Amino acid sequence: MLLYIMEFAELIKTPRVDGVVLHRPFMPTVEGTLCLTGHHLILSSRQDNTEELWLLHSNIDSIEKRFVGSLGHITVKCKDLRVIQLEITGMEECLNIASSIEALSTLDLVSLMYPFFYRPMFEVIEDGWNSFLPQNAFKDLESMTDEWRLSEVNKDFSLCPSYPPLVAVPKDFDDETLKKVATFRHGGRFPVLSYYHKKNGMVMMRAGQPLTGTNGRRCKEDEKLINATLRPGKRGYIIDTRAINVAQQAKARGGGFELEANYPQWRRIHKAIERYNVLQESLIKLVEACNDQSHSMDRWLSKLEASNWQTNVKEILTTACLAAQCIDREGASVLVHGTEGTDSTLQVTSLAQIILDPGCRTVKGFQSLVEREWLQAGHPFQQRCAQSAFSNSKPRHEAPVFLLFLDCVWQILRQFPCSFEFNESFLVLLFEHAYASQFGTFLGNSAAERARLCLPEKTVSLWSWVNRPQELERLTNPLYEPNSLVIWPSVAPQSLLLWEGVFLRWNRSSKCLDEAYEEMVHIIEYNKELQTKVNSLRRQLAQLETEDPLLHTP
Amino acid sequence: MEHIRLPKVENVKLLDRISHRRRRVGTLYLTATHTIFVESEAGVRNETWVLHSLVCSVDKLAATPSGCPLLIHCKNFQVLHFIISKEQECHDIHLSLQRLSHYDELYCFSYKPNVDEKERRQEWDFLDLKADYSRMGLPSSLWKLSPVNQHYKVSDTYPADLFVPESATPPVIVGSSKFRSRGRFPALSCAQGESHTAAICRSSQPLSGFSARCLEDEQMLEAILRSNPCSDFMYVVDTRPKLNAIANRAAGKGYENEDNYSNIKFQFVGIENIHVMRNSQQKMLEVCELRSPSMSDFLEGLESSGWLKHIKAVLDAGIFIAKAVAEEGVSVLIHCSDGWDRTSQVCSVACVLLDPYYRTLRGFMVLIEKDWVSFGHKFSHRCKHVVGDPKEVSPIIDQLLECVWQLMEQFPCAFEFNERFLITIHNHFYSCQFGNFIGNNQRERIELRVHERTHSLWSYLWANRTDYTNPLYRPNHSQTQGLLRASTSPYSFKFWKGLYNRFDHGMHPRQSVEDYLRAIQEETQQLEEQLSSHTQVGQGYADLPQA
Repeated sequence: MLLYIMEFAELIKTPRVDGVVLHRPFMPTVEGTLCLTGHHLILSSRQDNTEELWLLHSNIDSIEKRFVGSLGHITVKCKDLRVIQLEITGMEECLNIASSIEALSTLDLVSLMYPFFYRPMFEVIEDGWNSFLPQNAFKDLESMTDEWRLSEVNKDFSLCPSYPPLVAVPKDFDDETLKKVATFRHGGRFPVLSYYHKKNGMVMMRAGQPLTGTNGRRCKEDEKLINATLRPGKRGYIIDTRAINVAQQAKARGGGFELEANYPQWRRIHKAIERYNVLQESLIKLVEACNDQSHSMDRWLSKLEASNWQTNVKEILTTACLAAQCIDREGASVLVHGTEGTDSTLQVTSLAQIILDPGCRTVKGFQSLVEREWLQAGHPFQQRCAQSAFSNSKPRHEAPVFLLFLDCVWQILRQFPCSFEFNESFLVLLFEHAYASQFGTFLGNSAAERARLCLPEKTVSLWSWVNRPQELERLTNPLYEPNSLVIWPSVAPQSLLLWEGVFLRWNRSSKCLDEAYEEMVHIIEYNKELQTKVNSLRRQLAQLETEDPLLHTP
Repeated sequence: MEHIRLPKVENVKLLDRISHRRRRVGTLYLTATHTIFVESEAGVRNETWVLHSLVCSVDKLAATPSGCPLLIHCKNFQVLHFIISKEQECHDIHLSLQRLSHYDELYCFSYKPNVDEKERRQEWDFLDLKADYSRMGLPSSLWKLSPVNQHYKVSDTYPADLFVPESATPPVIVGSSKFRSRGRFPALSCAQGESHTAAICRSSQPLSGFSARCLEDEQMLEAILRSNPCSDFMYVVDTRPKLNAIANRAAGKGYENEDNYSNIKFQFVGIENIHVMRNSQQKMLEVCELRSPSMSDFLEGLESSGWLKHIKAVLDAGIFIAKAVAEEGVSVLIHCSDGWDRTSQVCSVACVLLDPYYRTLRGFMVLIEKDWVSFGHKFSHRCKHVVGDPKEVSPIIDQLLECVWQLMEQFPCAFEFNERFLITIHNHFYSCQFGNFIGNNQRERIELRVHERTHSLWSYLWANRTDYTNPLYRPNHSQTQGLLRASTSPYSFKFWKGLYNRFDHGMHPRQSVEDYLRAIQEETQQLEEQLSSHTQVGQGYADLPQA
């Protein structure tokens, strides 16, 4: 620990500067002392009634500096898309602060991240690290069907480094077979159970692409494995999240797709969900459009269109609806994969579950979904969320895959505002914590990495913090009424909106919309309050009537 | 009725606009006033009624193996796609509908709800513009009711009752009117209560040409300026693009020369004319009608239609005026060419921004009655109530409703009414079911004896006001008070699918927060009643002598 602290001390050239002026969107200007610690940028005016700024270095996406005389301006652009300005007098101080922020915000070493230093200031009611264990999820499955088993074949992460130690597979397939299948699938990601549709017993599985290569390699065990999930005489659907030409090209690099000849009981459908580098480009363009100051409607609409963000939302949602339709309407089982099976595949499988399964629309159910279909399923959060829309460096593995998923959930929430137990704030919170957090939940790229980092022992889980009454109250949807039905969202362009809560959050005042939300809460609370009063009065009256039978005579 | 060649066709298919695979089979009926489609599937009694006066166009498409398609476009943006199996039947329906929608008599004159004559007359007393002026504190020491336009002698497109500056004498008014297109001299639209003296006035363009002057017109503006003792200048806002205004000079019209009028600040705000707006909406509607468009098709189409750009221009102009009045305390004179399209839009938007009263149910009705109906917006031509010059048709009033809707999206607690209210009003601008919007001005409505022969929309809306009330509205909410500070950043504008894709139910949210809240509020009201009755009963027990 001491070593780390010394390391930070070396990076901090100037730990504090007085007389720094902070400009934030839609907030009053604050003048105060700027302090740099190992993990935070803090600005404090030391006066009552002014909000301090505590900014995690890991939330900083990029900084820019310029000078007017000896007055330095530092623009700090954050991963949550906020842009703030600091005015620092004195060229040397300003340069020191800028280079310190730059160094501290680009530390690569995971073990230096804040979650390893953070100590909770709240009482943990339920340890989030134990809230969503695969064993428990499997118990629910066992209560519905006995056709699946929990395999420990990957318990040391050797078969598939991106899978969790426990995965659900068809009961009749032993671990030896799974090992063979793993060699035939990208990254060893053999087909595993993603979702069991209680209503008709159909299943959704996910995997990596089959490694057919140019000469059409096949794997009998793979074919048997996925056929085992079909009902006699029934066909299934393979949803390949890549356009057919992209899937064709993958053959040259050893990948490919399931040939009809080898999988005669399956119908393959190709959908075109963009790959991660294209998505990152899309996010950058969208955020640039939102920050355009030209006030021209033509320019805004054409930039919005050119960013392709809404197109991506529509494509992902359409594919998820397709998967859900195959399962619920066609009564068929589904296998979803793209290339690696860690990005678009997870968008589709998790959104399909939101559509099909009312359980996923509760607070706990949604957390469980994120845990199962994203964290355990090996979405590389660390790589994807390393940089956001303001990054100057060339993107490597960054991509807003998870943000797009949240955006799609928000779209469904907008269309079914009473069917979700959580509200928009919960989705925004997940977006923020995926990119920068004091909690360890989104660190690492896979279950294997998280195990190596000993996150449950060394860091606090986001769920430990969220699942306390005071936080839940803020994140709960007051309109919620459990809806056991499948919910089919509209994917018409008219129905899909720009997610203002994320993309315009810092560009416009949300005061009036917040007031409307409060008014809504007030209307509902007042109703509940009256209900309680009326009920208690009724009880009292009933009691009085029994006590005084004379009153019954007219 | 002689127009109906075929009153009933069976086995007609009605296609879903989004997905043509979804279709309903039923019977099509033609009546004197409506086209009715009754679904014939067992157990469902699903009816679609379309008023003939709402029909915009009827097109018979080339026959296909499954039958002969008939496409009906309505002014409320409903599109019906029928497939009629026999070509001859389709032909007969097509011909009948073409005649039926080219009405000899407007629907309002035959619309007879179950209301007696006394009640019908009372409907027309529901709104009283004079009451609105007295709400503004008028007449006052600064503004007076002028009898100059009684019998529509000075301007036949103006209302008979007009407020003018106290110091404006009849010769000045008449002189000024001769210097303005169609005699539409500067008159008061809205004054801001007693504490504020800044006012909004409206007129048509001056006949200034390249150099003409009119002493009385200059005196008229001077009088308006003097009716605001708090300011030593006033704004004259020409809502047209500068180029259009300059072009008008060649025809002997134009705009005010700042040198000739004392203490005016002249300003163009650049709202396009009725032809641009008509074409823009047409393009936008084509985008709405695309079958399964990609996101790019939709956004590109929306951009190239220019529609939202025009909405933004109207709102920007309204904000400029509202700020001049509320923040600078300066009076404003607004005009365009004739002063019945853009001028009405901008006056109304400014009023909605400025005065919370116009954001209430009754207030908004008053606003339309004042700035549009009484000041002579040409509903008959703009909404194509009767067949006429297609170049006169333009969705100017749609744009007002949309500006208000955009504001409702930004200020969800500030309006007493809801989206349904706006959409219902929109429907009736075009339906001709009520007499309110018949004709082009007050004089024409009097000639048509509208008040004696028809019903009023306003009392109908008021009677059903629970359907049109915004549950989030509270008269004492901070958002309800004072000037609305709206954003006009491009991203603050949304596409209004509630109106333009009104009948595409699949596109709308499947659950309505508003309906949910309304149900809760109704329940709350019942609980309040129960609570007070229980409390009384409880009180009764307490008052009993203890045994």
